[in-house]
Amino acid sequence: MSAPFSSTDAIAIAIMGSGGAGAITAGGLLLEAAGRVGWQGLMTRSVGPQIRGGEALAMVRLATSPVSAHGDRFHILLALDWENAERFVDEVPLDADSLIISDPAAGDPPATLRASGARLLPLPLDRLAESVPEGRANIVALGVLARLLALPLESLETVVVRALARKGVNAAYLRQTLAVGHDAAAGCNGFQRPLPPVSGDSGRWLLTGNEAAALGALRGGVRFAAVYPITPATDLAEWLAPRLEQVGGHLIQAEDEIAALNMALGASYGGVPALTSTSGPGLALMTETLGLAVAAEIPVVVVNVMRGGPSTGIPTKSEQSDLNIALYGLHGDAPHLVLAPTSVSDCLFTTQWAVQLAETLQCPAIVLSDQFLGQTQVACEPPPAAKPTASTRVIASVGGERYHRYALTPSGVSPMAIPGVPGRQYTADGLEHNPHGTPSSRAADHQAQLDKRRDKLLRYDYGAAWAEVEGEGEIAVLTWGSAAGPVREAAARARAQGLAVKAIALRLLAPAQPARLATLLSGVRRVLVVEQSHSQQFLGYLRAHYALPADILILNQPGPLPIRPAGVLAQLSQWK
Amino acid sequence: MKRMSKPEILHFSHAAKDYKSDVKPIWCPGCGHFGVQAALFRALAQLDLPPEQVAVISGIGCSSRLPAYTECYGFHGIHGRALPLATGLKLARPELTVIVASGDGDALSIGGNHFLHACRRDVDLTCIVMDNAVYGMTKGQPSPTTAPDWNSKIAPGGAGFNPLQPLAVALAAGASFIARGFSGDPNGIAHLLVEAIRHPGFALVQVLSPCVTYRPEEKAWKQEVHAAGPEPTADPAEAARRLFADDGLSTGIFYRGRPAPHAATTRPVSRDLTTIEAAFAL
Repeated sequence: MSAPFSSTDAIAIAIMGSGGAGAITAGGLLLEAAGRVGWQGLMTRSVGPQIRGGEALAMVRLATSPVSAHGDRFHILLALDWENAERFVDEVPLDADSLIISDPAAGDPPATLRASGARLLPLPLDRLAESVPEGRANIVALGVLARLLALPLESLETVVVRALARKGVNAAYLRQTLAVGHDAAAGCNGFQRPLPPVSGDSGRWLLTGNEAAALGALRGGVRFAAVYPITPATDLAEWLAPRLEQVGGHLIQAEDEIAALNMALGASYGGVPALTSTSGPGLALMTETLGLAVAAEIPVVVVNVMRGGPSTGIPTKSEQSDLNIALYGLHGDAPHLVLAPTSVSDCLFTTQWAVQLAETLQCPAIVLSDQFLGQTQVACEPPPAAKPTASTRVIASVGGERYHRYALTPSGVSPMAIPGVPGRQYTADGLEHNPHGTPSSRAADHQAQLDKRRDKLLRYDYGAAWAEVEGEGEIAVLTWGSAAGPVREAAARARAQGLAVKAIALRLLAPAQPARLATLLSGVRRVLVVEQSHSQQFLGYLRAHYALPADILILNQPGPLPIRPAGVLAQLSQWK
Repeated sequence: MKRMSKPEILHFSHAAKDYKSDVKPIWCPGCGHFGVQAALFRALAQLDLPPEQVAVISGIGCSSRLPAYTECYGFHGIHGRALPLATGLKLARPELTVIVASGDGDALSIGGNHFLHACRRDVDLTCIVMDNAVYGMTKGQPSPTTAPDWNSKIAPGGAGFNPLQPLAVALAAGASFIARGFSGDPNGIAHLLVEAIRHPGFALVQVLSPCVTYRPEEKAWKQEVHAAGPEPTADPAEAARRLFADDGLSTGIFYRGRPAPHAATTRPVSRDLTTIEAAFAL
């Protein structure tokens, strides 16, 4: 669980520029350098539709404590140029306290940005870059930012040299370029936004949610993956491919998402924990096979990195609108697991847990990540060290007596035979079957197997990990997934203002846990529901499965813009 | 991909009946698929494969009911998806013998895309396509191998589409073993299946398997089938020539090329995650 967020010390920096200007590179290096001195933070990238190059925006937020959301506004906007800047103005809210740094030679900021009242700090970034051989304006900009943020220059030098020297850029020139920017900002009194140094345990990890999810899968024991490329899930598979090979596993690119999930299912039937990753359109194609995994009782994990929908929608932007298909998209009565990470770094734990649950309960698990969680890079506290994950699948051992693959047991879980084991041959089947596994259309068999598949999920004790809970109070905020970030922050701010708020982010969405939520909501009189979907999918889910107080507010908005803490706080403030 | 080379069988420790389960087939009396079932058991016995080392994977359709009728491991999946299911299993468990039981609708219509890619991946699978040129389970609709003028309720007067040539398609897509058999000749199919299972790549065996209920005229195949002729070729151009000159009723191995199977790497660098995780630390 994340520590309560203190938003007062967070600094948000946006770096934008046209294709090739290096805005994203600069943002990534800034985050890495900040992480090296113990700060925490995140970076989200926003790019134009061009396949390669094109305008780009890096949104970085740094603090001395965990950062799991973007803030209400940016403190610093650094523009390497203003080409196509209009595309990004919605994503970079500024106010009179903000600072716009740009090269006067690049012209004036767009009127929409000037209208914010932000102060201007003109710096001749290009001219300064030209003063050093091989100098680049984005590196000058990093020197400027180091000065304004009080980020030790040595940390930036280390990451910049390591990243760019291997591309053939002279290391001494890189240091000079940084110094030129650092010196140029020396006189900018009044523009500083220093972050205090971090003492104590300051070791940091730098990773994206997609990487964290993939690592969680490895920690959970996944050794086979089959995927079809789709934005914004592809980078999960690209990270996983060489690393699976490294640990003796295998990743294959399938011909489509249907094949991908079937391959994963085939591997898992063979005893090897397996995963696929996708996004909405792919999940839609996979739903029939998910039903097969339910009926045949075979573990498999689908990491669905949600993007704007429906149809092709907005592939590069985040939205929480696949909740309904993940929960209800399967035909027939098909109980399965749906989980959602509550932060970028939590993608690791949640995916690992999903693997363990799927393996234990012999059913498919959908992990609902999203583009924000998946592709945002964070500098964060290292997750707890990996414990060796023993296989949690109940395996049928060699034996003489007749084997009943789908035997009715008290837990609902029946030992699964793995091909190769003598005397345990059976046929896994999507047809309804009797306990032995023989196809059956008898009412009693259908009832018994439906009960079995439901009860094994309901009888399992999911423990406290099912939800992330912070605070106490008569007001609760119910949320899930990436919306938990701004909720966490808004709740902390509300508490600072004297409003007792309990923030609850559900990690386990299916099976629903009405008794557990009832306990959490005991004494709660008002509930604010926060989600990033146009049709209030999460609210509908809550109403369908849980008893809620009568006094409910809903804050829902579709993508592509993130829910910001101020929006959540404004709703809570109505109850002051 | 390693496969233990089996010596020619001198002593059988498995008989064909060892592979038969006690589940009663739903097939119609006289269905060609009984011949395929018998042939498969003979082939497995001849190869002396322990039943637990064999997995029979299928989709949906009359043909796809085969797994439950075997005493092997089986997976009766969803329509059209047997090949990716089998591919995942084989990649994860290369030591198993993986056989796909499919039909003309399952493999070539709804599973057509998977068919193409299974051929080109050349993963060491044996794919039996029981071709009766009709959807039997749904009671008589035209399939991708049905003649354009075949009359049916759903397409009165004929669907009007050219039938697909599965073996030529497989060749073009990169399959490295291509054969055709006739269900009325179980010994012949058993021979093809032995060769197909031994072949260390993707092996396609199309079996002309009459649907006595919806295509009773297919009973005439018994008189019409004939041997494919010369020895199988390893030359894809020659195989293409033969396949395009073929009347669709000749049986035998048409093509046995050099397999280039996709397989998982089997030598892990390290089984623990320490090195991988260390890369995240700043």
